[in-house]
Amino acid sequence: MTTLAFRGGGHGADGGGAPGAAELYRVRTVRTGLWILLGVISALFLLFLLAYVARAQFPDWRGLSDPGAPLSDLGALWINTALLAGAGLSLQRSLNAMHRAEHAVFRHSFLLGGLFAAGFLAGQLVVWERFVITGFPVHGNPANGFFFMLTGLHGLHLAAGLVVWAVIAARVVRGIPLHWLTVECCTRYWHFLFALWLLLFLSLTRSPATYAWLAELCGLR
Amino acid sequence: MAYAEQAEREALHEPKSFLTRYIWSQDHKVIAIQYALTAIFVGLIALVLSGLMRIQLGFPGTLEFMDPATYYQAMTMHGMIMVIYLLTALFLGGFGNYLIPLMVGARDMVFPYVNMLSYWVYLLSVLILLASFFVPGGPTGAGWTLYPPQAITAGTPGAEWGIVLMLVSLAFFIVAATMGGLNYVTTVLQARTHGMTLLRMPLTVWGIFMATVLALLAFPALFVSAVMMLFDRLLGTSFFMPAMISMGQQLEHEGGSPILFQHLFWFFGHPEVYIVALPAFGLVSDLVSTHARKNIFGYRMMVWAIVAIGVLSFVVWAHHMYVSGMNPYFGFFFAVTTLVIAVPTALKVYNWVLTLWNGNIRLTVPMLFALAFILTFIVGGLTGLFLGNVIIDVPLSDTYFVVAHFHMVMGVAPILVVFGAIYHWFPKITGRMLNDTIGKLHFWITFIGTYLIYFPMHYLGFLGMPRRYYAYENYEFIPQSAHDLNAFITVIALTVGVAQLLFLYNLAWSTFRGKPAGHNPWHANSLEWQTPETPPRHGNWGPKLPVVYRGAYDYSMPGIDQDFLPQTVSDGELARMRRGEPVTGGPGGTP
Repeated sequence: MTTLAFRGGGHGADGGGAPGAAELYRVRTVRTGLWILLGVISALFLLFLLAYVARAQFPDWRGLSDPGAPLSDLGALWINTALLAGAGLSLQRSLNAMHRAEHAVFRHSFLLGGLFAAGFLAGQLVVWERFVITGFPVHGNPANGFFFMLTGLHGLHLAAGLVVWAVIAARVVRGIPLHWLTVECCTRYWHFLFALWLLLFLSLTRSPATYAWLAELCGLR
Repeated sequence: MAYAEQAEREALHEPKSFLTRYIWSQDHKVIAIQYALTAIFVGLIALVLSGLMRIQLGFPGTLEFMDPATYYQAMTMHGMIMVIYLLTALFLGGFGNYLIPLMVGARDMVFPYVNMLSYWVYLLSVLILLASFFVPGGPTGAGWTLYPPQAITAGTPGAEWGIVLMLVSLAFFIVAATMGGLNYVTTVLQARTHGMTLLRMPLTVWGIFMATVLALLAFPALFVSAVMMLFDRLLGTSFFMPAMISMGQQLEHEGGSPILFQHLFWFFGHPEVYIVALPAFGLVSDLVSTHARKNIFGYRMMVWAIVAIGVLSFVVWAHHMYVSGMNPYFGFFFAVTTLVIAVPTALKVYNWVLTLWNGNIRLTVPMLFALAFILTFIVGGLTGLFLGNVIIDVPLSDTYFVVAHFHMVMGVAPILVVFGAIYHWFPKITGRMLNDTIGKLHFWITFIGTYLIYFPMHYLGFLGMPRRYYAYENYEFIPQSAHDLNAFITVIALTVGVAQLLFLYNLAWSTFRGKPAGHNPWHANSLEWQTPETPPRHGNWGPKLPVVYRGAYDYSMPGIDQDFLPQTVSDGELARMRRGEPVTGGPGGTP
């Protein structure tokens, strides 16, 4: 069992039976639950993006990557993207280390994963600030509104993940045994939020012409 | 009774104190009861609101406090509470929570802690909603569809605070429904006991399962529209708000699309109809089969019909928007899909009727409600065919015909199932029977009463009586007969409303004084009736999980004396029963 010095296989062993059956059941169940949760979040953001494309068809829309608009320079967003990628990679490394029973690597990588994610959130706030300073507040053009709303909701999902991460990190720091499944879920959630961020990044920085083409494709025009 | 020689698959965390047993409980049965009681409580508030509206419509001016604003607030809260906070919460959070683990042979939901959170977040959403009665300006009066721009424009009741609380409450409700939904779906997929294949699950589980899938995919659309409208209202964005002049002032919004809100709302709103209807279909299938002592006709067909209805429900939403203006080809498309969804739905009705055919029908209270549901659903469904056609919908839109249609199909029909299901499963929940005489009285008043209320409304709709009006006096096109009919409807509505006290009294009295029910008073086959204790204890099944050998509908099998065969009876035991040899009896199963 790949549990290192970590707790594992203890679920439901109170009734006897084949060893590992309870463990297998737990793994299957938690993975299924996580996939369903990710499906629901995907549906949520997909619907937001459909609304985004539909609203972008109105004449008052101003693209955020137009010259002079805050996303005409994508440097800050790329830095944030790198931070979030680093967060996912760190957690993946911690999971791998856990399976290989490398305690120190696990501990450092796990903590680093959360710090990178917090760095991403801070970076997003910096981008928000630049929007406001350069005269692109949330109530300006609907494109601004969508940017704040979508990045905000994505950030909220990551922040919720960080709360869970903090609870686990407290156990890691104190050396309390941990099940590998917990770390795996955390890692998968981080990967998912990275993929979601790439989709948002791609969507929010397109030109109005691209939205027009997308709307045509979806039958919204 | 055959129990598997298998491991406990989940650790049992037996609650130790009153608080963890009944308040912060992680037991699906307690959570189900918490959900149900909260939903019924808030539903009673919505019932009182409907009574107040009816008094205004039947006897205008009787209630001094009933001005147009109050009327619209009552109407909005009545609609939203009934659809979301009563029916959705009761079917998924109440029946789903109680029945899924018991019917699939699990000890509990797979994530009990999340399940507990689901209830408390639901309660929070209810409290936020009810708080809107006490804020300046009162609750929103935008109509349950909350269409912008009027929902957040000055002049609409509750445009200041009420609408904000409504939208926040909905967002919390969606979070609660998602946490519950994760549990229901994962439990059905992963926690079924040995032998419980998907196609041996009772149709109740299928209905609730599919409805939960719909909820998980459709509620995000409501969440999107709620968040975007909150942005428009609180942060001044123009997602839905067009440029407009309100109270002589040019508003700061411009360019927003109210139609976009309608698309998002109804992309949730139509699946919502089936989020309520599919559990009702499932529950009523079990009631009909059990109380007619007959195998459900076409079990697989019933399952596939549930799945087909679920899928189709996502491509019919714009039939709620025929008068909002759309490309004629879209109207054609949505009319066709709307009529197509009638095919699997009608198939289910045929199968219920064919199950009854030559059955040994027992007119118990649950069966009476189930039969009433079938009839009511046919009536409501047929008027749905009228309204699904663009050409007929346009003149009937915004008349009482629509009110009659959706109350029959979405209000009365599911509530009849709720009652039937409570009469049916109450013995398992409490160990006591509900009083039969009071139950029958309750049934006949409710059944006949609702027809007396809603049948005339179809006629009023044909007369052209518009819906959403606060008063109908002094309109030349509304004849005196319509006023008389309105007064008649009000009298009946109040009678039916008060008659629900019979039901509440029955619940309260029977919980403590009802006739002891035993383990399986209806001689039913499904697993929940085979628990070692009634009411089932924490963990449901004692030391060993049950093993399932057959579907849930083996009633009146030839060659054996008893007319039911629990899912836990093996082929070997069946062979012994056929030879007339004694079979060791379980608590509620084989004799």
